[in-house]
Amino acid sequence: MDFAPDPELRAIEQEVQKLAATFGDDYWLDHDERKAFPWEFYRAFAAGGWMGTIIPEKYGGAGLGVLAAGTLLRAVAGSAGAMNAGSTLHLSIFGMGPVIHHGSEAMKQRYLPPTATGELHVSFGVTEDDAGTDTSRIRTFARRDGDRFIVSGKKVWNTKAQQAQKILLLVRTTPREECAKPLDGMTLLLADLDPAYCEIREILKLGRNAVNSNEVFIHDLPVPSEDVVGEVGRGFYQLLDGINPERIMLAAEAVGIGRRALELAVAYAKQRVVFDRPIGQNQAIAHPLADSHSELEAADLLWQSAAWAYDHGDRSGGKTNIAKLRAAEAGFRACDRALQTFGGFGYAREFHVERYWREARLLRLAPISQEMALNHIAEHVLGLPRSY
Amino acid sequence: MKKILVCLKQVPHKDARLDVRSDGSWIQDDNIKFEINDYDTYALEEALRLKDQGEAEVVVATVGPERAAQALRTALGMGADRAIHIWDDALAETDGLGIAKALAAAAKDENFDIIFTGLMSDDANCAVTGPMLAELLGIPHITAVVKTEFKNGDVEVERELEGGALEVASLPQPCLLAVQTGINEVRYASLKGIMQAKKKPLDKKDLGELGLDAAAVAPKLTVEKIFVPPKGAGAEIIEGPADEVASKLVGKIKELGLF
Ligand SMILES: Cc1cc2nc3c(=O)[nH]c(=O)nc-3n(C[C@H](O)[C@H](O)[C@H](O)COP(=O)(O)OP(=O)(O)OC[C@H]3O[C@@H](n4cnc5c(N)ncnc54)[C@H](O)[C@@H]3O)c2cc1C
Repeated sequence: MDFAPDPELRAIEQEVQKLAATFGDDYWLDHDERKAFPWEFYRAFAAGGWMGTIIPEKYGGAGLGVLAAGTLLRAVAGSAGAMNAGSTLHLSIFGMGPVIHHGSEAMKQRYLPPTATGELHVSFGVTEDDAGTDTSRIRTFARRDGDRFIVSGKKVWNTKAQQAQKILLLVRTTPREECAKPLDGMTLLLADLDPAYCEIREILKLGRNAVNSNEVFIHDLPVPSEDVVGEVGRGFYQLLDGINPERIMLAAEAVGIGRRALELAVAYAKQRVVFDRPIGQNQAIAHPLADSHSELEAADLLWQSAAWAYDHGDRSGGKTNIAKLRAAEAGFRACDRALQTFGGFGYAREFHVERYWREARLLRLAPISQEMALNHIAEHVLGLPRSY
Repeated sequence: MKKILVCLKQVPHKDARLDVRSDGSWIQDDNIKFEINDYDTYALEEALRLKDQGEAEVVVATVGPERAAQALRTALGMGADRAIHIWDDALAETDGLGIAKALAAAAKDENFDIIFTGLMSDDANCAVTGPMLAELLGIPHITAVVKTEFKNGDVEVERELEGGALEVASLPQPCLLAVQTGINEVRYASLKGIMQAKKKPLDKKDLGELGLDAAAVAPKLTVEKIFVPPKGAGAEIIEGPADEVASKLVGKIKELGLF
């Protein structure tokens, strides 16, 4: 076992921190308030080649693993941009996982290079209102029409749909009732997000408002067969190659945002004097911050261990869900304690921790809720009977 | 093809917390973050721009412990072609002259056309290594460079003088230029750059390999102690209503000739 920092990962972290630090809290507060997509930030990272982190070198990427991508995103979410910054980039980084693993050669040649350069934006279209966490209940349906499919239905929460030219769309190609297993009969399409057939409506939300999440109404969208990712009917299983890396990378981001909030809180606790002493001298302030620091350190080891396992071929998902569960708790708690440390000023926008707090809250809900992560651990790691 | 050397130093990160060691010998640097000395990043950028314009090989060199390899890797990631990492336990206590001797020994057979250094280091603030290195190599040097232009064999530079004035000077090559901060916009290493850096040569050299020994780099200058001046000394606190404080403060500023 070797815990020595890897020089390449350190170089990634340092360079990303430097680049991200050129976009300060005021930039992000402004974009968050105006709900304006942070193009300057996006382009700076695209120019540095960071979108191609896990895309194979053959298709213009760097061919690195989830550990490297997590290191990158931890530094991004640890900057003033927090989850706004993370969500600006992370879909481009892990979203094409299923295409890398299951796409045809032609599909990879066509779509991976522009993803690596940042020209192509892809939205992730899985969640539906009526299905919720039970993905087997999705109803968006693709009916075959010669050598193409015609898709109709509705997706919800599609992040960056307003910027995306393509959407990785999970659809039913066989009704659930006709399948041997509920998760069979679904297909993954790399469909055009064509405004002639897709109506996009932004969802107003608690935070992370520089990056939009939307409802997407799909009416008879034609999708040629060559845009099917992998095998018809196996879509859900192939999607796991996007979902597991996503959970690990978001755990890394949770550690980043928690550290950011803690850093601000520690600086404030040293400098804010009330009752003739810095508030950080009171253990009621110091202990929660120390506790959060230790929780974040623990979560940091967990996501790295999950990433290492994934990069070495472990697809079981146990470590992934454990990391996501713990990191989301540690990240949000650190933000909440930071807000408490700032007292009333923590509630004021110009001190920024309330923005981190709103954004960190998201990580307990998405990309998978804490409850569903616990369900996974109970069933697949502890071997308890399935509860649902 | 031009051969360019950039000498750089790894120093404590701007955001690092700096505590003085209990024996006062130096700061507590066991557990802090390090980065490339700010001045040196501008020196490196200036060299990389020459490389972008045409044929040039950019070599980076540092004198520093194991951890300083990270600074060289960053420089390789930004586009330098190869790196020389000089270290020896005998260098731990050395001074600017010792460092200049080590760098000179590494540079002497390479026939560099231009050597870039930063004007000074953020931690030691001596501003001597560059000029000493030039003297040891017997080449001309100039400091506080804010602009460079390379014209058939010569280098024309602008350098910063007191009070914002500039001086224009011309030097033949080979020469050494010690650059000021803020003279260009320093690039970030791209992901591809970081990946390629792994494959670039990073040569480690100790004193023996440089034809030097401990006696040659023995310090002529020893640091007795470093300390943080006691709080309060020399500070005058103006008290009273805001308008009075303001007019007293203005008076004080004028009195001291600060404005
Ligand atoms: C800002 C944001 C961005 C998003 N981006 C995307 C995106 O780009 N693409 C995409 O496809 N989706 C996206 N999502 C959707 C996200 O993945 C889902 O919201 C999440 O998976 C939960 O689904 P749901 O909201 O339908 O909750 P529901 O399934 O309705 O669950 C509601 C609550 O009940 C609990 N619950 C449900 N079933 C069980 C059970 N069996 N045991 C215990 N508890 C249970 C859940 O944990 C949750 O707390 C995004 C969501 C948000 C908020």
